Amino acid sequence: MYDKFIPTAADYVRFAPEILLTVFGTLIMLIEAGRKEDQRRPYGILSLIALAGAIYLAFPAYNNAGPAFQGMLIVDGFGTFFRVLCYVAAALAVLCSGQYLSREKADSGEYYSLILFSVVGQGVMVTANELLMVFIGLEISSIATYVLAGFLRDDQRNNESALKYFLLGSFATAFLLYGIAWIYGLTGSTDLSLIRAALGSANPPNVILTGTAAALMFVGLAFKVSAFPFQIWTPDVYQGAPAPVSAFMSAGPKAAAFAILVRIFMTAFEPIAARWEPILWVTALATMVVGNFAALAQVNIKRLLAYSSIAHAGYILVAITAQSQIGISAVMFYLAAYTFMNVGAFAAVTHLAGKDEKYVNIEDLAGLGQRQPVTAALLSVFLLSLIGVPLTGGFFGKFYIFKAALDSNLVWLTVLGLLNSAVAAYYYLRVLVVMYMQDASAEVPAPKPVSGGILVALVGSAVATVILGVFPSVILNFAGKSGTLNP
Amino acid sequence: MLDTFFFYAFALLTVAGAALAVTMRSAVHCAVWLIASLLGTAGLFLMQQAEFLFAAQIVLYVGGIMVLFLFVIMLVNLEAAARERQMRKRWPIALAGVLLLAAGLARSLEEGIRLPAPRPAPEAAAGNVQQIATVLFGEYLLPFEVASVLLLVAIVGAIVMAQREDAR
Amino acid sequence: MQELISHPLFTPLLLTALIVLGFPLVTGYLVHIERKILADMQARLGPMRAGPHGLLQPLADALKLLLKEDVVPAGADKALFWMAPLIAAFTGLTAIALLPFGERLYVADMNVGLLIISALGAVGVLGMTLGGWASNSHYSLLGSLRGAAQLVSYEVAVTLAMLAPVMSASSLSMVEIVRAQQRRGVWFVFDNYGLMIVTFGIFLIAAVAETNRAPFDLPEAESELVAGFHTEYSGFRWALFMLGEYAHAFVICGVTVVLFFGGWLRPFPNVAWLELPLNFAFPVLLIGGSGAATLMLVRKVRRPWQRVFLTAVAAALVSAGLIFLVPAVNHVLIAPFWFFLKLGLVLYLLFWLRGTLPRLRYDQLMNLGWKRLIPLALLMLFLNAIAGLLAA
Repeated sequence: MYDKFIPTAADYVRFAPEILLTVFGTLIMLIEAGRKEDQRRPYGILSLIALAGAIYLAFPAYNNAGPAFQGMLIVDGFGTFFRVLCYVAAALAVLCSGQYLSREKADSGEYYSLILFSVVGQGVMVTANELLMVFIGLEISSIATYVLAGFLRDDQRNNESALKYFLLGSFATAFLLYGIAWIYGLTGSTDLSLIRAALGSANPPNVILTGTAAALMFVGLAFKVSAFPFQIWTPDVYQGAPAPVSAFMSAGPKAAAFAILVRIFMTAFEPIAARWEPILWVTALATMVVGNFAALAQVNIKRLLAYSSIAHAGYILVAITAQSQIGISAVMFYLAAYTFMNVGAFAAVTHLAGKDEKYVNIEDLAGLGQRQPVTAALLSVFLLSLIGVPLTGGFFGKFYIFKAALDSNLVWLTVLGLLNSAVAAYYYLRVLVVMYMQDASAEVPAPKPVSGGILVALVGSAVATVILGVFPSVILNFAGKSGTLNP
Repeated sequence: MLDTFFFYAFALLTVAGAALAVTMRSAVHCAVWLIASLLGTAGLFLMQQAEFLFAAQIVLYVGGIMVLFLFVIMLVNLEAAARERQMRKRWPIALAGVLLLAAGLARSLEEGIRLPAPRPAPEAAAGNVQQIATVLFGEYLLPFEVASVLLLVAIVGAIVMAQREDAR
Repeated sequence: MQELISHPLFTPLLLTALIVLGFPLVTGYLVHIERKILADMQARLGPMRAGPHGLLQPLADALKLLLKEDVVPAGADKALFWMAPLIAAFTGLTAIALLPFGERLYVADMNVGLLIISALGAVGVLGMTLGGWASNSHYSLLGSLRGAAQLVSYEVAVTLAMLAPVMSASSLSMVEIVRAQQRRGVWFVFDNYGLMIVTFGIFLIAAVAETNRAPFDLPEAESELVAGFHTEYSGFRWALFMLGEYAHAFVICGVTVVLFFGGWLRPFPNVAWLELPLNFAFPVLLIGGSGAATLMLVRKVRRPWQRVFLTAVAAALVSAGLIFLVPAVNHVLIAPFWFFLKLGLVLYLLFWLRGTLPRLRYDQLMNLGWKRLIPLALLMLFLNAIAGLLAA
């Protein structure tokens, strides 16, 4: 009788990274609770150890690929890829956080615990094979991020950011949950492959009801990836949140949300693909347009990056609209490249913002080329990659996305997407122009040379961005192999 | 016959309670109607022979969550907030959005009414507490355990948000 | 007649009628007994005026409450003000329906009976909370707030402590929990190598806190809040609150008896030779003996009609004791006898606590609940689980 209740060793191996992260998250809190006033805070190091361990453990899990815990999770190439990506994004954010938190006098264990827990949620999400797990993972990830967005409680922008994110985010999650309830009512299951079987069977449930359910779930997920028309929160939240948290939010939770969006729509809802394709088409285009054109008018660099992240979500949606294996590989590659270049850009902002994030306007970067050649050069790499200049990861990302779109005969979407990238070049280049062609203003004190964790994060991201631009096959081979969700 | 009567009574309580919960002016009245709505849902559970859910719904929602809601509502003076008119400028847009959504849902429900009759629920052989336990700790063990991480995160978050500055 | 008695709805309906009609009277006398016990502990006499030794005091009080003017404070939220006492009384009385007084002597046995009792208790708090708020008075509101916070804090500990007996019985049904104790041949309070005693302690403390009785009566602390949440209530509505409160206390004692003290079972339920002394001699001596003691009192009373009254009471008690000698009657009555005897002892413990302990301060209350009882209850749950597995 009890054998049903005892998980197998394989279950534990497949879930090991999340277990490790949970243990470390709890450990950090315990250390914080028992810490004497004058003792050091080793949380950053501990978090990095935990994340490195989780990345390490993701590989034996992948070698034992398969479903775990009665089909609740499925560890496959796709899941493993995003799992590792989320861990890396979190590690980069942790690297930026140490200096930031001591600058704002807000160093505490909870911050790192919350980051680790948030990553646990993302790990659960990207390997979930059950809508229930999707929901729980999404909630863990989101709640931790809501709190992180408002971590500096005395900062008004932090409060605004956390409150907006929390209210709108909860509302969006409710949509997702409502959609899950509908799906359960229609198909009698929350298991993705069973849903697919039910929808693709000879006697499928009413397609309009299924479509409504899928639409409700799409609303919830579209919010998390900030796709039009659910992108409104993004600029305010990214601008208000602490810079390292914005870096993390724009990479980890977003990648996880994209992963689960792809998984749900390419497996469970694959039988009704003809219905959702046009919606995705319009969303992708609108997201690109809104993101890029709104970014043109921004003066605050965090806000600019927020709008740019909306635009990039649009590009990724183009690849999902393609609905092909190569499309999925393109999504994976793009998100990897995007993680490095975007977190890198935010890491630079973290460093340059100064105490209380006073200097976050584009003009404050004037003369950075002379004052801080290294930082300026690294930031330039990220911005060029965000534009999609050859020899950077961003170029190949865009290339594969539009190739996938063309392969699926989405000619108009491709053309409009390319036009959008051209528009995008303007606002990124504007930052470069300010950095290198304008003289430093006397009001902005020269930033200190970059050092420590932020330097590691910056250099690491830049190297990764360039490697992806020169040898895209490093990731592309794996992505191409893992682009099949239905073995 | 009696079942039908109770079903409609509970359904009415649930729906009317929910509607009143969002339309009443006084926050306490809203909470009371929300409680009524939750009790209606509990009644519907009972009609499905889901006694455990019935009891858990009342213990957790009515006894735990709603008491806390009332506690907060009574602790925080909401008089001023209640007098202020909300959503002053954009309510036509919101109304249009809601109507559109409602029309869409109604349309899809109208289509959906022509569904074949749903399958009857499997007859509960053992007590349904035991059945819930078997499913919860067997098939759904992982969601059950991972949900504890969710709660932990929520607690940590609440404490981070609520702790006093001098406690840092 | 025989047909009527054997009808499946006969016992439930009869008991329901008894509970609804009889419990107000029981409440009256519970209050009376409480006053007498407290008076005795404080070396006073307590109520002595109405009837011999004040035996008619509850009736006089009831009459007074029914005839009082019904006052609704200005600015009160009328609907909620009227509804609150009803909720309190309704939930308390309904919960009694789930107590098994004997093997087949109950109104309802549900497979989640224990949970339903918790649920009713939880809803009952709404009566207190809403009543206090609807009164439009600061004292009432503060009482309500305290009550709400107290309930939410202690409900966790109560539930965690309840889980240990439930785990041993593998059931949430009240009847099944008692039967499990019969099967194991031991009351749960002495089970699991004595670990359950600690659980019982946690349960008792937390349950007393949940009934808002002293030393946890902060919601109605008279020295600070006049009368707390029912400050503005008077007359019949106030009586309903009291009814609800005593019903709740009664239910908590009943649950304690069922979970930890073997419900309707006698001590050593499986030792056959103890049947004669415990099931026959003991009730006769106890009830008959108290009858005899009452008879002794008759001589001290002066007024003749009081003498007559006391003699009648004594005669009733003696005959009630003697009736236990008839095997057929004994068979029916022995289960409720043990149940109510144990329930009475637990109630006495509650009165005793009230007479002995000073009221806790608010921060002490919260510290005790969250920092002591809940962690300890979790630990005990864990240890009980291990002990239960070892025993199985």
